[in-house]
Amino acid sequence: MNLGKVIGTVVSSKKVESLVGVKLLIVQPLDEDLNPSGAPVVACDSQQAGPGQIVTYIGGREASLPLPDPFNPSDATITSIVDEVD
Amino acid sequence: MKIGKVIGTVVSTLKLEQYIGEKMLLVKILDPDGTETSETLVAFDRCQAGKDDVVLLIDEGNSARQVLETGPTGVVRAVCVGYVDSVNLYK
Repeated sequence: MNLGKVIGTVVSSKKVESLVGVKLLIVQPLDEDLNPSGAPVVACDSQQAGPGQIVTYIGGREASLPLPDPFNPSDATITSIVDEVD
Repeated sequence: MKIGKVIGTVVSTLKLEQYIGEKMLLVKILDPDGTETSETLVAFDRCQAGKDDVVLLIDEGNSARQVLETGPTGVVRAVCVGYVDSVNLYK
């Protein structure tokens, strides 16, 4: 999993059926000091994350699993909303 | 597997149900010679690692699901599975 910050949303009206009803967010990957590191990614949301929130997201095959239909083409999905990084 | 150094913890209340009760560590990935790379991962803990511990971690879903015993739908990938006492590099 990686740390990221929600910096935007993506609206798509025509998409793969398995992603219908799934919120798409733009997530900026963060380093340990919460500074941006690398290019932003579009991530599916499983936790009702909002703009500006720090989140963890997962990539790879696991990204598909938290969504309603686990056979979907997601390659990044938000898995938790971070309260604190210590 | 990768070698990393524990540099912090991540606290989260709103999370997937299967994450409840699991400690999340912030791990800096190290090169074999011990220098830090730019890669940081959030990993689950299976070796009671603490601050500045050098750990062995897996970053692969199927192994992580077996270690954490989540069953086939576990949304897990990075897990700390052991301590690193030393690394010897052949010259």
